[in-house]
Amino acid sequence: MTRPAPGPAGPGPSRLRRLLTPRLRRVDLAVAALLAVLGFAAVVQVRSTQEEGPLAAARQEDLVQILDELANRNDRLRAEVSALERTREDLTSGTGANEAALADARRRTQLLGVLAGSVTARGPGLRLTISDPQEMISAGVLLGALEELRAAGAEAMQVEGPVAPGDTDDAAGSAVRVVASTSLLDGEDGGIVVDGTLLRPPYRFTVLGDPTTMETALGIPGGVVDTVEQLDGRAVVVRGEDLLVGALRAVTPPRYARPAS
Amino acid sequence: MIPALALVLGVVLGLVLEPTVPAALQPYLPIAVVAALDAVFGAVRAQLEGIFDDRVFVVSFVSNVVVAGLVVFLGDQLGVGGQLSTGVVVVLGIRIFSNAAAIRRRVFHA
Repeated sequence: MTRPAPGPAGPGPSRLRRLLTPRLRRVDLAVAALLAVLGFAAVVQVRSTQEEGPLAAARQEDLVQILDELANRNDRLRAEVSALERTREDLTSGTGANEAALADARRRTQLLGVLAGSVTARGPGLRLTISDPQEMISAGVLLGALEELRAAGAEAMQVEGPVAPGDTDDAAGSAVRVVASTSLLDGEDGGIVVDGTLLRPPYRFTVLGDPTTMETALGIPGGVVDTVEQLDGRAVVVRGEDLLVGALRAVTPPRYARPAS
Repeated sequence: MIPALALVLGVVLGLVLEPTVPAALQPYLPIAVVAALDAVFGAVRAQLEGIFDDRVFVVSFVSNVVVAGLVVFLGDQLGVGGQLSTGVVVVLGIRIFSNAAAIRRRVFHA
């Protein structure tokens, strides 16, 4: 393959060749500089367009739509945030209320436990010791004593006696917490059965309450002390500033009665 | 030959240096590039027709770029920058097309 000879073959190619032929004048340098600037700027522009991401090429309507969507989403998320914040506040204050309710319930449990005999109690009160050398004192007398003490404002009571011979219960069995349902029975051969525990005299009561009132109640003519002495026993009342009612009673949940409220 | 080399050199420089366009120049750079392209195509056509003049090219190149930038700047000031730059691009594109057509006729005789 032979090339066509340069020169008069045609005006176009020869002039094109002259355009590409090196000539050095100041104007040529200016031209070259301008073209270099053009190439540089074009490349820079192309690169920056590529870097701008998809949004730069998007049309105005699309941009408006995208903006709308973003605003809607923003609103939704904002609403969600406020809802969640409200929930959190509710939960926080709920926790506080729960704690208060729990503390209240605990306090109430303690107070009711004193009545029901499920917690130990201590405080001022008195000790009443009834000795019965003639084995004459019946359950009725002790029941009278308990009633008298209750009427005088006794809040917690326990009664203890030496463990009966043959009764092999543990030592704590000798002390019985006296509560609302406490029953007193005469033992078959002496002694008193208190809630199923046989106690022998001397019976020692530990009673928490106002000592003065209770002592007065026990000492009235025809009262407990009087009765016991008529039966050849002895009733000794000793006041105490800090007595401990340590006997406990298991609380059994009621089978039939339910809270009505 | 030298102008072509210079063009390649500019492209390479742009690729190597990876400069970022200043924010103030961002609306004007694409327009300036299109205007410069118009001047280049016009120069090629003139060269092929034998009427190329260096000074004319330099002046037309610079003035093209400056005028295009001014028009876009004015449009920005008037609040119609987007539309005006579109108009400038359309006009320059038409000129580039007609120059390219003339070049094609000269080179390929078709």
